[in-house]
Amino acid sequence: MSTNACLQLSLYLVVLLACVKPLGAYMARVYQGRPFVLDRVLGWLERSLYRLAGVNDQAEMTWRQYATAVLVFNGIGFLALYALLRLQGFLPLNPQKFGAVRPDLAFNTSVSFVTNTNWQSYGGESSLSYLSQMLGLGVQNFVSAATGMSVLVALIRGLARRSSETIGNFWVDLTRSVLYILLPLSLVLALVLVSQGVVQNFRPYERASLIDSSGAEANTVAEQTLPMGPAASQIAIKQLGTNGGGFFNANSSHPYENPTPLSNFLQMLAILLIPAALCHTFGVMAGDTRQGRAILAAMLAVFVPLALGTVVAEQAGTSILAKNGISQRASSSSPGGNMEGKETRFGITDSALWACATTAASNGCVNSMHDSFTPLGGLIPLWLMQLGEVVFGGMGSGLYGMLMFVVVAVFVAGLMVGRTPEYLGKKIEVYEMKMASLIILIPPLLVLIGTAVAVSGPGLAARDRDTGTVAALSNTPGAHGFTEILYTYSSTGNNNGSAFSGLSTDVPFYNLTLAVAMLAARFWLIIPILAVAGSLARKKSAPQSAGTLPTHTPLFVGLLVCVVLLVGALTFVPALALGPIVEQLQMTSH
Amino acid sequence: MKSALRSGLVLFLLLSLLTGAAYPGLVTLVARVAFPHRANGSLILRDGHVQGSRLIGQPFRDARYFWGRPSATTPTPYNALSSGGSNLGPTNPAQDKAVKARLAELHAAHPDARIPVPVDLVTASASGLDPHISPAAAQYQVPRVARARGLAEERVLQLVRACTEGRTLGLLGEPRVNLLRLNLTLDNTERDATFGVPHAGK
Repeated sequence: MSTNACLQLSLYLVVLLACVKPLGAYMARVYQGRPFVLDRVLGWLERSLYRLAGVNDQAEMTWRQYATAVLVFNGIGFLALYALLRLQGFLPLNPQKFGAVRPDLAFNTSVSFVTNTNWQSYGGESSLSYLSQMLGLGVQNFVSAATGMSVLVALIRGLARRSSETIGNFWVDLTRSVLYILLPLSLVLALVLVSQGVVQNFRPYERASLIDSSGAEANTVAEQTLPMGPAASQIAIKQLGTNGGGFFNANSSHPYENPTPLSNFLQMLAILLIPAALCHTFGVMAGDTRQGRAILAAMLAVFVPLALGTVVAEQAGTSILAKNGISQRASSSSPGGNMEGKETRFGITDSALWACATTAASNGCVNSMHDSFTPLGGLIPLWLMQLGEVVFGGMGSGLYGMLMFVVVAVFVAGLMVGRTPEYLGKKIEVYEMKMASLIILIPPLLVLIGTAVAVSGPGLAARDRDTGTVAALSNTPGAHGFTEILYTYSSTGNNNGSAFSGLSTDVPFYNLTLAVAMLAARFWLIIPILAVAGSLARKKSAPQSAGTLPTHTPLFVGLLVCVVLLVGALTFVPALALGPIVEQLQMTSH
Repeated sequence: MKSALRSGLVLFLLLSLLTGAAYPGLVTLVARVAFPHRANGSLILRDGHVQGSRLIGQPFRDARYFWGRPSATTPTPYNALSSGGSNLGPTNPAQDKAVKARLAELHAAHPDARIPVPVDLVTASASGLDPHISPAAAQYQVPRVARARGLAEERVLQLVRACTEGRTLGLLGEPRVNLLRLNLTLDNTERDATFGVPHAGK
């Protein structure tokens, strides 16, 4: 483990944690309707949006009304995106004249963006028009993130309120998330990214004649077509909204999407920024900032060792490179390590840290190819997703998932001492436990059943659309091929979106089953979360007593971390043993 | 339900306009004024013709140029229309084969290399468009390029050093050499040597 890696991780954590309090407090003001500066500037716009949409911003919703609004809004978003992708050939801002996206791929892509997963079966620069990117994918980047934040805020209100039938107004939470949080942050980040070299224009692709024209004789090419487009605006929200869908196929490893170490640092910061700050927002809105700090501490306790582990595994390198006599030692002039699928400007450290940030959050964008990671280096991002995307996790969804683990943790503690479990003065009863169990169990079910179905046959081979021959979908035989499929369902079943891309998933079987996994992982969780919010809001507050378990202490943080890790380990160790662990043993035995 | 449908539909349309049209439009306008070169792809122009982008790697095959990292894009290497990596896993036999082939080619072209082959010259980049190589990878190729161009090795090494960027703030990223910049500098140096460096005034 190099000094540079430790310093980079420390700098990253210091900057991230320094942002948590100011941003978290600001977001709390936005959701509580207390005055902040931006509402004076943009208040007229917010009010006119409500007027045009016929929204009464003073009227609150019950949890059922809130859930209906969430589903209606996301349903409309899905239909609009699907239509846009199918019709892009007839629409403007399409300088490369791309035709309609195939139905199964359009379905998969629409679901993936509405559910904040951003699974990439499409290749941006080779199939999507500028209009589809900005008015389709870009809009969902904003509103799917805002949906997650709104649902979280509703749950927090449920915890904070006493004897209340309502949990807020979805239209107001949604509009405020977009207008006062996501748009201003994206605007700033997008412009900084352009200053680093991320493209932002509406020009047709640029043709360049190569510097070394000797390729023409060697029967290759003498020309290069450079893709263009409004990329920076999209990449800013892709990172801030834990979306992760790339403007270009290679995502954030593409030099036009992530050109410098500084752009890399800022994008990596943006990945965890809002999920981390929401912990403080939760503390403020719940009236006890220690509670938010405890949850943030639990997230960091899982994240930091795993991030360091990935750096070590990738720097150690692979046996294939070692066998061929290639030095994988880092020096001042060479990054060393496993550089397959990594960019020179990022080397091992930036690639490994990013891989952990993007899978800890449900972002899923990549700056290196996870499929080419060492077995253990790939196991960690895989497991971070399988933990249920609660270590930072998605916009709102990470924290509401973690709060369900908190419910389970206080329940376990309650069993140990024989008392009714409580959290923030609310009694945790059978109904809450049922919903929390659903929320914790649904993603593993999607992952394991999906993987089992795929490896039993339909996910192994498919007929090629052009040639009609049947070909294997994975580029790898054996344990690694299994890991590819496990990673695919772990990613979609937890709304992450990153991939082991050696598996070709742009076939009807995967496009459809992965879409189902993404939908279930998103909405089958949102509905029980809102049900819990409604049930908690109705409860009276139980007075604190000497027997109340404090939930802000290091002891409780330890208990929470144990519950998260135990559930994650017990559920997935058998599957991990068949994939990356076997592969690691194979690699070291050769 | 009915009022939810109406509110949802109108709000979706309005937020789409705001985030999908006004926002990218505003960013484009400001970017065009503040960073016109970068917003348009950091293009390298020579005599009004686009020769590439400072940020996007190109294939170099000639012995007179420094070579870049292996690129896994299809159907040809460094195809900017289909960015991506090899996605070959750490135990994949295809990876072993690819590494062996790259090594053989490098050994054949660099009989007089003084340092072992650096890892980035035998591994494909993530984007397939990596514009950089490590300083070690450049150093490895110095004897070949110097011989092919008839330049002194020390002179070529000097140019490599001039084109080497360190870590940002001494901390972020990795030290690296921009290949397009280095190879263009080499071409220009040679041209200056052939035609004489143009002098100002008389």
